[in-house]
Amino acid sequence: MAPGRMKVMSLNSDHVLEVHDLRVSFAVEGGRFLAVDGVSWSVPRGKTVALVGESGCGKSVSALTIMRLLSEPPARIEAGSIRFRPEPQAEPLELTRLSEREMQSVRGRRIGMVFQEPMSALNPVYTIGEQLAETIALHQGVRGRAARDAAIEALREVEVPSPEQRVKQYPHELSGGMRQRVMIAMALCGRPALLLADEPTTALDVTIQASILDLLRQAQVKLGLSIVLITHDLGVVAQTADCVYVMYAGTVVEHAPTPELFANPLHPYTQGLLKCVPRMGGVRTRLEAIPGQVPNPRRPVAGCPFHPRCCLSVERAERGAAPSIRADSAFGERVLSRCVEIHPDEPSGRPVLRQQGSEHFVACWEA
Amino acid sequence: MAKSRRAGAMLSRDGPANVRAGMPAPSAWACHPYRRRASAWHPGLGSASLRLVLRRLGWGVVTLACVYAVTFVMVISVPGNPVQQGARNLPPAAAQALRVRYSMDNNWRYFGEFAWGALRGDFGPTFMYADWTCNQIIAQALPVSAVLGVLAIALAVLIGVPAGVLSAVRRDRWFDWLTLGCVLVGISLPTFVTGSVLLLVFAVYLHVVPIGGWGTLAHLPLPAVTLALPFAAYITRLTRVGMLDVLGSDFIRTARAKGLSRRTVIWKHALKPAALPVLSYLGPATAQAMTGSFVVEKVFAVPGLGQHFVNAALNHDPGLILSTVLVLAALLIAFNIMVDVLYAWVDPRIKGAV
Repeated sequence: MAPGRMKVMSLNSDHVLEVHDLRVSFAVEGGRFLAVDGVSWSVPRGKTVALVGESGCGKSVSALTIMRLLSEPPARIEAGSIRFRPEPQAEPLELTRLSEREMQSVRGRRIGMVFQEPMSALNPVYTIGEQLAETIALHQGVRGRAARDAAIEALREVEVPSPEQRVKQYPHELSGGMRQRVMIAMALCGRPALLLADEPTTALDVTIQASILDLLRQAQVKLGLSIVLITHDLGVVAQTADCVYVMYAGTVVEHAPTPELFANPLHPYTQGLLKCVPRMGGVRTRLEAIPGQVPNPRRPVAGCPFHPRCCLSVERAERGAAPSIRADSAFGERVLSRCVEIHPDEPSGRPVLRQQGSEHFVACWEA
Repeated sequence: MAKSRRAGAMLSRDGPANVRAGMPAPSAWACHPYRRRASAWHPGLGSASLRLVLRRLGWGVVTLACVYAVTFVMVISVPGNPVQQGARNLPPAAAQALRVRYSMDNNWRYFGEFAWGALRGDFGPTFMYADWTCNQIIAQALPVSAVLGVLAIALAVLIGVPAGVLSAVRRDRWFDWLTLGCVLVGISLPTFVTGSVLLLVFAVYLHVVPIGGWGTLAHLPLPAVTLALPFAAYITRLTRVGMLDVLGSDFIRTARAKGLSRRTVIWKHALKPAALPVLSYLGPATAQAMTGSFVVEKVFAVPGLGQHFVNAALNHDPGLILSTVLVLAALLIAFNIMVDVLYAWVDPRIKGAV
């Protein structure tokens, strides 16, 4: 087995969360498809880990699986483990095996979650104060006036101006940034060890994005929080994350510390994502896009899932660097045979994560 | 829209200037007189709701006037009149004298006189019930129907809402299918069938309740249940659809992510927004149930208002037709206003829109 897999498997007490070989499938008419297909990643204590990829890569499904918020059925955890260790000395909890009741004591209290769209993620018919105080009552065991004061205090912590007025307001009376602050206050009031932030800044404009990210960073320092940041915005990753997992079609295709990944992206998908980011200064060039779409999980691609969109494979095939084969690719008519054919090392045909450098892993035959 | 907003704003003359201008600003809100009555948790109903009620009342009066005019035109367009009705073989002079006595020789005069009487709370005489005025008939029959109607609606809510919630939560399982089957039966079966079956079982075979009539508590359950069934079925369906819609929404996922129990998520976070369609349905439904059902009253021999609707029309009794229609219309309008206020209280999002 590739050395990359071995490393992730080791049970490290310094990791808050270790996801190992997770497979999540969904029932559809006429069968099941894998939305998350053998993903392994871990979150070091007090650090920020980013999951990056386009929509439909399985990032959100991974996070919802950790919280066990997917309705089962139609979702099903096919294999793998999610080990969660709230404190360094504690016995790790195997989240995939907990009952709904046990999960209720993990949600909010041990793992908090912030969602993408703060308008629809807050209940429109209860005031901010009611929704906050309810959570505080649940996790801190205070009620009535004390819960109300705690709610005001929680809003003050996330820098919501005039919190005494805000508790009486409804979500639709607040701006998007304020609503996201309320969401963060709600996710943090159980004092969790881990925060899952699912595209927390995607629905916000850029200046608000920066202040929300700043708020998350402050909370991390103050509470010793570990953060899983799900995003498709590499700018956000560069600002906040300590290490990055790039996901594609339900698998991790590259994994490295943030500076290393930005300096030396190895996977053609990561390179493509980086080319999509506009940069200040330097030579002005046309902003590139990765042609094609994420493969439909109902019809998996043979071989490397990225080969229909991979310029590297086509380029090398055209150069005649290795045996090539006719294929339907966005860049040309031929791709390298080994990107499509079943590889003797990997019966699934997909490239496995291989170590390239001290902490850099990539799943590509050619990289 | 802008015009009516100004009209509404003028009514709250004691509000701050920005409220009068129709643009409430948060800072001025804090010192608004209605604001202070709010609890620690709710911003309160506020002046927006007062404006809503006043404007709705104004429109209610207009609606009543229209209902009156349309009904009146229909009453006078129907051939025949109470003076000639039935076996009374009056000499032409006597019939003419009666017509003059009750202003029925001149439609315009009758239109004006009935309206003036109704405004003072006097619906005038009936023609088919000697010695009864319309007021006396309504005063006697409306409470009976109202008691039955309120009971029926309460029953319908108590059955329909939990059934709808549980059915949505157990979607596509046997409980859901069973509920949907009952809903179909409840909506499709006419009340004279359900009422007769209930009578047969509980009064004729089991002897647990009297076979009909009015006056004791034992008379209540059968007509109330019969009247409630179609309402309950409809409320079940509305609740189920509303819950299914809400249960898939993002804020339910948030509520679960906070660690709330399933019960709190369903009965607190999902039910309140899901019950909004039920609330809007309850306005007209309550008015309808309270003004009586001809069929239920016939089957159970209940002296309610529903029979008078039908009999008044059959008897060409203009006073009773107009007064019963106006009572139903007034109740409908009143309950719709109540529902609108409750709606604004349950769903704060529409407060700014009304």
